[in-house]
Amino acid sequence: MLRMIGARLLTTVPSVIGVIIVTFLLTRVLPGDTAAYFAGPAATPQAIAEIRNKLGLDRPLPQQFVSYVTALVKGDLGQSLTTGQSVISDISARLPASAELTLVGLLLAMAVALPLGVLAAVKQGSWVDHLCRIVATAGVSLPVFFTGLLLVYVFYFILGWSPAPLGRLDVFASEPPRITGLLLIDTLVARDFETFRSAFAQLILPALTLAIFSLAPITRMTRASMLAVLGADFVRTARASGLSNTKVIGTYAFRNAMLPVVTTLGMVFSFLLGANVLVEKVFAWPGIGSYAVEALIASDYAPIQGFVLIMAIMYVALNLLIDVLYGVIDPRVRLEG
Amino acid sequence: MTAQPLLDIRNLTVEFATRRGAVQAVKSIDIQVGKGETVAIVGESGSGKSVTSYAVVRILDRAGKVAEGSISFSGIDLVTADEAQMRDLRGREISMIFQNPRAALNPIRKVGKQIEDVLLQHVQATGATAREKAIEALTKVKIARPEERYDAYPFELSGGMCQRVVIALALACQPQLLIADEPTTGLDVTTQKAVMDLIVELTRERGMSTILITHDLGLAAAYCDRVVVMEKGRVVETADAADIFRNPQHPYTRKLMQATPRIGMSLADLLPEASSGPPAQARAPQAAPAGTEPLMRVENLVKEYPRPATGAFFAKLMGKAEPSSPPFRAVDGISFDVARGETLGLVGESGCGKSTTSMMITRLIDPSGGRIVFDGTDIGAIPAKQFAASPQRRRIQMVFQDPTDSLNPRFTAERAIADPIMRMSTLNGRDALRARCEELARLVGLPVELIDRFPHQLSGGQKARVGIARAIALDPDLVILDEPTAALDVSVQAVVLNLLEELKLRLGMSYLFVSHDLNVVRLLCDRVIVMRSGAIVEQGTAEEVLGSPKAEYTKELLTAIPHPPA
Amino acid sequence: MNDMSQAKTPEVEPVPALRFEAPPSTSLWSHARHVVSENPVTGLAFALFALILLAAIFGPAIVPYDPLASDTAAALQAPSAKHWFGTDQLGRDIFSRVIAATRLDFSIAVFSVALVFVLGGLAGVMAGFFGGWVDKVVGRIADTIMAFPLFVLAMGIVAALGNSVTNIILATAIINFPLYARVARAEANVRRDAGFVQAARLSGNSDWRLLLTQILPNIMPIMAVQMSLTMGYAILNAAGLSFIGLGVRPPTPEWGIMVAEGASFIVSGEWWIAFFPGLALMVAVFCFNLLGDGVRDLVDPQRRN
Repeated sequence: MLRMIGARLLTTVPSVIGVIIVTFLLTRVLPGDTAAYFAGPAATPQAIAEIRNKLGLDRPLPQQFVSYVTALVKGDLGQSLTTGQSVISDISARLPASAELTLVGLLLAMAVALPLGVLAAVKQGSWVDHLCRIVATAGVSLPVFFTGLLLVYVFYFILGWSPAPLGRLDVFASEPPRITGLLLIDTLVARDFETFRSAFAQLILPALTLAIFSLAPITRMTRASMLAVLGADFVRTARASGLSNTKVIGTYAFRNAMLPVVTTLGMVFSFLLGANVLVEKVFAWPGIGSYAVEALIASDYAPIQGFVLIMAIMYVALNLLIDVLYGVIDPRVRLEG
Repeated sequence: MTAQPLLDIRNLTVEFATRRGAVQAVKSIDIQVGKGETVAIVGESGSGKSVTSYAVVRILDRAGKVAEGSISFSGIDLVTADEAQMRDLRGREISMIFQNPRAALNPIRKVGKQIEDVLLQHVQATGATAREKAIEALTKVKIARPEERYDAYPFELSGGMCQRVVIALALACQPQLLIADEPTTGLDVTTQKAVMDLIVELTRERGMSTILITHDLGLAAAYCDRVVVMEKGRVVETADAADIFRNPQHPYTRKLMQATPRIGMSLADLLPEASSGPPAQARAPQAAPAGTEPLMRVENLVKEYPRPATGAFFAKLMGKAEPSSPPFRAVDGISFDVARGETLGLVGESGCGKSTTSMMITRLIDPSGGRIVFDGTDIGAIPAKQFAASPQRRRIQMVFQDPTDSLNPRFTAERAIADPIMRMSTLNGRDALRARCEELARLVGLPVELIDRFPHQLSGGQKARVGIARAIALDPDLVILDEPTAALDVSVQAVVLNLLEELKLRLGMSYLFVSHDLNVVRLLCDRVIVMRSGAIVEQGTAEEVLGSPKAEYTKELLTAIPHPPA
Repeated sequence: MNDMSQAKTPEVEPVPALRFEAPPSTSLWSHARHVVSENPVTGLAFALFALILLAAIFGPAIVPYDPLASDTAAALQAPSAKHWFGTDQLGRDIFSRVIAATRLDFSIAVFSVALVFVLGGLAGVMAGFFGGWVDKVVGRIADTIMAFPLFVLAMGIVAALGNSVTNIILATAIINFPLYARVARAEANVRRDAGFVQAARLSGNSDWRLLLTQILPNIMPIMAVQMSLTMGYAILNAAGLSFIGLGVRPPTPEWGIMVAEGASFIVSGEWWIAFFPGLALMVAVFCFNLLGDGVRDLVDPQRRN
């Protein structure tokens, strides 16, 4: 098992190198003057020249790459012009907000999608199955920012059940002492249930939006792989040996069906991290997505570059985690790894 | 047969709901199985033999249902029994084993655990004794080191070993009836014998009844007391195994029986009496007179593959060179001749290197060493990539194992047959091409009106004919036949084999016939080469090798074939 | 490598297939009718597609108002007989804008999918067929793209290359590249050693000819399904980019940007500004996804019997 993880860890090395090269290139292929971009729209020619020199843009590309990587290793992603802070501190301050939103969204989605997909496959052709197909097709067709706005209109404007879509806490609540940065956990640790309620109320709509978005691919995949497994020879053997339905579906079919679903999770994460940006904009969520969008509007380039890089590194790490999870379920990978 | 049969199937009809309405897969059949009796249900694909067994255990898929009739087992009506009762019977009273044993086991659960599941389900063991009982079940099916195997996953076991585990699973609860659905299809002939012997031994020992479902009449006759023959959903004949070959009653049984290759038959004997096949010809060795140069001479042919080195990446990363393991030798220095006009058989079990050899000879892959001299030129020296443009290309052709896979789904039969002509001959003009294709179609017995069809509109036998027509389109000198009938039903196989023989005589070709089926090889070949682990074990005339083999391995292969009474 | 594939299992299917008689011939058209009759939703998808196509071609010519003309006197009106979808903060007719936007959104999707179909498809087919270094290079490129969350990469590309529709098309094509390359590679790879390709080799076909006559035609249907399945995703992606202010600039009518403009009015109850363009986007994507399933049913040879 350890060997498998080790081997898999090594395969992420080329991915990380690729990511770093691409983000580096993205800065250098800027049409027009990169330094002017970095300096911002209001900069004087003198300031631009200064920045060009500071960024080393007047040096040859390989040399620039080396200094880029050296800065990266030191955790230096540059300065944000809008906030005046270093990009790395901005991002680490805002990352927990995004992580909390994404995780809760994903958990919500899985809690609904897995049972729905399994039921649809087991009772193929029943109303659950039809519901599942509607969810799967409608879910992938909903633009995530549109779902978010609809939810706001219904639950905030019409029903008045949820608070205004403005951030993680309402204005009267105060943030708990920061431990994990995840408000739901930090408030519980601080036994501040009032703030917990506030954080939860703010979180539920954006998390729901993300959940609706990622529901479709998980449901679809669960149903499909469950169907494939239920038709497999070994399930026939299990049935022919008189094993109970629970055993056949739970132990024999479900665990095997989870293998392709776990693989799909990688793709789902890719979508989720992207959708996160849009949802954060809709709900004014103070995460790294809205940070990047604000920077985009201000033509503040360093934060965007840092954001793309951090997102990619996180995604590579998530995929690593998914592969390890796969190995836990599948002995073929584990033993041959 | 006892007065009260253990299993009594009466007037059973099974229907499947399809796009075109209900289709009857099994039509009003009656089958009885007595206590301790072994009954074979024999039929070709689509005969309804598997469906019958699924109906007994009630594991028909969603679309299928019993439309009529009764199935009674020890006095219990299986058609009307409730699901809980059925679940109790399955595995404890009636067990099944399936073809493709590896797929029949849960790939991500230890095999021991899978046996335990069945034991615990039927309260044959408690949590404390389950492991012990599972190991006992593994021991009974003669699995060496059962304690270790208990912890194995199916992918770590060979096909034969997996089938033993499946048998252990099926017999763990001492059922009264075992249904074996093509239990040895896809296994090598020696493994097949071992598995069949094991099934018979274990079931006899326990006084169990067995239903063996198979397409192989020889296997049925060799291992069963009674044989039930099915055709298109109906039982056409039921007889004692000893009688069925001697005195088949129904015309279909006669046809099926006749098409099954046996010792002491000629090719023409495979065809029904009524058919106007080629005139029966006594097979005489057709090797060219001594002294003439052979058509092809293979010398010291080798094919090596690098071993997939595990951990090579680590070693590279650490800067250490892996102690280089010797490459895997799929073909290990073999030499033989193919004479003009002869049929040379190349036989062996899976992994023996016979397919690799044929791929090298057809110049689809490059040999690692040795020479392939074809009519005076060393064609082994021409790289496979360039061989397409060589003038020798048209002289060596091949008929593939799977007729479906070997036809481009987007080409009509005519386009498939015309392909080599268009690439490699000077024949010009659409009409001339069409005429040639029609001529070839007639030659291989494909109705000319079918040559505008696409492969999915043709039957298996028709597709095989298209493949043959394509291979002979340019009058090749050597045709490699790679298990050309392995995917076909026996009656179609009989026709195709006869066609191949007739074409050879007519067109003066040589054949290299690659096969695992010694009974077929006996019929078609002048000389035989037996291969094992990449090397030639024995070669000689067909009579010598198959009649009085010298090598131990050849003897083993020959005794493993189920011999239906001649 | 060895003889593992020998001894094909002759029987698995429970439904009797009469081997001795050839199945009746079926035409694509009759099969299409069957697919539609079995699944009327597919028929609906085809009808919707026709509608979208019409709007994309004739939209700007047939809309009742100039999609760019503002009329502050008629600002923020709810849907009415005069303005079916209401008006926005500048008094522009939303119905006209939604219809006029079809052409832009549709073109972005079509061009980006066509681009990636050619590039990704070709790269994948060659990687799968030739293997070796071609395979390694294509695989490495695909892996590097896949290492990014795709929408985030698209953001980065458009931000770097500049805010334009062309760059949106390019970015959408790039993030779809791995998908196309992988499907094409896998399909080419399984067919590389298929019996019919080997047979064509024996017939004296060169590698390139094999690729063109044997491999490509057999992969096209699968790639076509892929195309119709990713059309919806391409539109969503482009709309998402313009929602956060990349690519299309106001006042150009485009669904994503229109939703963004209407977003701030949702909390005060003017739902129609964001709702109708969002709905149009959703219907278009829904239609393409259904179409993808329909095309798959149509070309899947397994389902044709």
